Amino acid sequence: MAQDDERVPAVPGPPDDWEAPRERWLSTVVRPAFGPRSMLLEVVARMLIPAILVFSVYLLVAGHNRPGGGFAGGLVASMAFVLRYVAGGRYELAAGIPARPPVILALGLLLSGGTAGAPLLFGEPILRTHTWHFELPVFGEVHLLSALFFEIGVYLIVVGLVLSVVAALGARMEAEEEETRAWGEGEVR
Amino acid sequence: MTVLVALPFLLPLLGAAVTLLISRWPRVQRAASLLTLAAVTANAGLLLAETADGTVISSQAGGWPAPLGITLVADPLSALLVLVSSVVLLIVLLYAIGQDVGGLSRGNPDVFHPVYLVLTAGVGLSFVAGDLFNLFVGFEVTLTASYALITQAPTRERTRASMIYTVVSLISSILFLTGIALVYAATGTVNMADIADRLATVPGDLRNVLGLFFLVVFGIKAAVVPMHFWLPDSYPIAITRISAIFAALLTKVAVYAIIRTQTLLFSRDDITDVLLVFAIVTMLVGILGALVQDDVNRVLSFALVSHIGYMIFGLGLVGVPGGHDDAGVAGLTGVIVYLVHHIVVQATLFLVAGLIRQYVGNTSLRSIRGLASVSPALALFFFLPAMSLAGLPPMSGFVAKLALFQAGLEQGGPLAYAGVAAGVATSVLTLIAIFRIWVRGFWGTPSQAIVAAQSALSSGTGRFGIRWMTATTGLMVATGIAVALLAGPLTEIGTVAARELISGEAYRTAVMSDSVVAP
Repeated sequence: MAQDDERVPAVPGPPDDWEAPRERWLSTVVRPAFGPRSMLLEVVARMLIPAILVFSVYLLVAGHNRPGGGFAGGLVASMAFVLRYVAGGRYELAAGIPARPPVILALGLLLSGGTAGAPLLFGEPILRTHTWHFELPVFGEVHLLSALFFEIGVYLIVVGLVLSVVAALGARMEAEEEETRAWGEGEVR
Repeated sequence: MTVLVALPFLLPLLGAAVTLLISRWPRVQRAASLLTLAAVTANAGLLLAETADGTVISSQAGGWPAPLGITLVADPLSALLVLVSSVVLLIVLLYAIGQDVGGLSRGNPDVFHPVYLVLTAGVGLSFVAGDLFNLFVGFEVTLTASYALITQAPTRERTRASMIYTVVSLISSILFLTGIALVYAATGTVNMADIADRLATVPGDLRNVLGLFFLVVFGIKAAVVPMHFWLPDSYPIAITRISAIFAALLTKVAVYAIIRTQTLLFSRDDITDVLLVFAIVTMLVGILGALVQDDVNRVLSFALVSHIGYMIFGLGLVGVPGGHDDAGVAGLTGVIVYLVHHIVVQATLFLVAGLIRQYVGNTSLRSIRGLASVSPALALFFFLPAMSLAGLPPMSGFVAKLALFQAGLEQGGPLAYAGVAAGVATSVLTLIAIFRIWVRGFWGTPSQAIVAAQSALSSGTGRFGIRWMTATTGLMVATGIAVALLAGPLTEIGTVAARELISGEAYRTAVMSDSVVAP
């Protein structure tokens, strides 16, 4: 039986000179949270994330007159980061976010609170919106509202909050799981 | 002037953001936290100075006119409560900082400071909210912060207690939201001043049901018997600074909401009897519960439940058809004085329990003994607010209780007399509960463990910590004495606020047409 196996391999492997694809679809060495890595998911994440982020910004800006706004935009943007985490694990998540989640949250709160409170300095009620009209070379006439900054703050708060949740409930538990497994293997050896 | 109305929640929110950003530098973080609360307190002082004569200030957020937009409004009652709660928050923060510097707490300051300020913002927003939905938002901000705070320094018991607390709070929030939806369906508005006008056209039965619905919603949050069961299981378990703030403020915010909704919105209907029965049951059940506890914190929690009954009793004296208006005003004045007194005294007693925990390791009546000889200051700081809680003259509790009893006797009627009798009985039973703690905990010879803990605390950073904590507890005791000394002006403001609450004219005019209405 053993001789038969030597002559005919059970699964024909690739030829020796064949090169496995080396493209990295994500920015870190991929270690998905649970289970084996999925190339399909990585490729989809790589292609979708920029589109999701652009769409979230669209929602943020469109929110003044149409469905959307900082909250919806922030949720959509955080879905991009969640997708990145699911595909690539916690190192990928850490590589993908610009700052620690509490910092994002705090900056958002400062921006929102500051925009809400700024009219008080001019004797106006809280949350009063100021409008600026001006011409930009490519965009044409721009109608800018101070409420946009409030919405950006909300956007950042939502992103910071979802990332905090992912960091606490996903990444942290994952790290603990890895520690437990490493400890278990050490015992066996 | 309208700026003052927006700052009670805006300042702490900005402060929370700043303390979150600078959590790497604990000293800067503490300073920022203190500075924010000092600013909030100063602002509240100015707000009370503006409104003490009965002026009502309102501000429409974003400039949207009243029934449509978000209304912020401060009348004497809100201003007084904002001031008292920010003073208490400030002193408890000082206590907490001393504890952290002394290395005597297992809490996580990185989380504590921002979340504490968010809690401050939630309390402030609840007091100045002019529409039901923002009142809900204020409650939710407070509660969300409190969910995070109650699990500070997590242990198995704390996690369990916080589960009860979270589930009960969520249920009551869902009921609150349902109530808002029902009111909106009936009147087409959520602005409280507008609701007050439009409820006149709603059928009386429906109005009664809505009024009772809100009484249940806020009754859960204020721990009115029989909706109190969650409180003694959750508050005593948290770390000291948190249980002090929860006991002092969270239930009082709900009492404020009961006062606001029952006077402004549902004053046309007579649910006086219901309120009085709730009050009597709450007083007696709470204090009988306190008598059989064997833990200082649990005794204090049951006493807290019991004393909520006094406030409901005072509110029950208002609006009796054919009754004396003066008695209603006197009753409501009593409630307002009682609120102020009780916020300060409960916070003090829980801070003292925290000091006991530092010496003994826990607050069980079985393990504490001889504390008076270990720390005479601690004994004094327990004795004074405890006597105030029981209502002995010349403390603030006496002033508040006397006002309530006089109003009850003036109002007359079987339930009012029963309420006064229950109130007197509760005072006596409170005294007995306090004496149990005093005799078991403060007399006698301290055990080996307590003496060892004392000598451990009398050196190193622990010494600074315990001294600082004792000093801030003393500051809170002094605040309580100041409430007693200022009983005259306080009663004046209370009377102005009570008249204003009962007529509701200035409030409605300020919200609906004019931003500032002088009396």
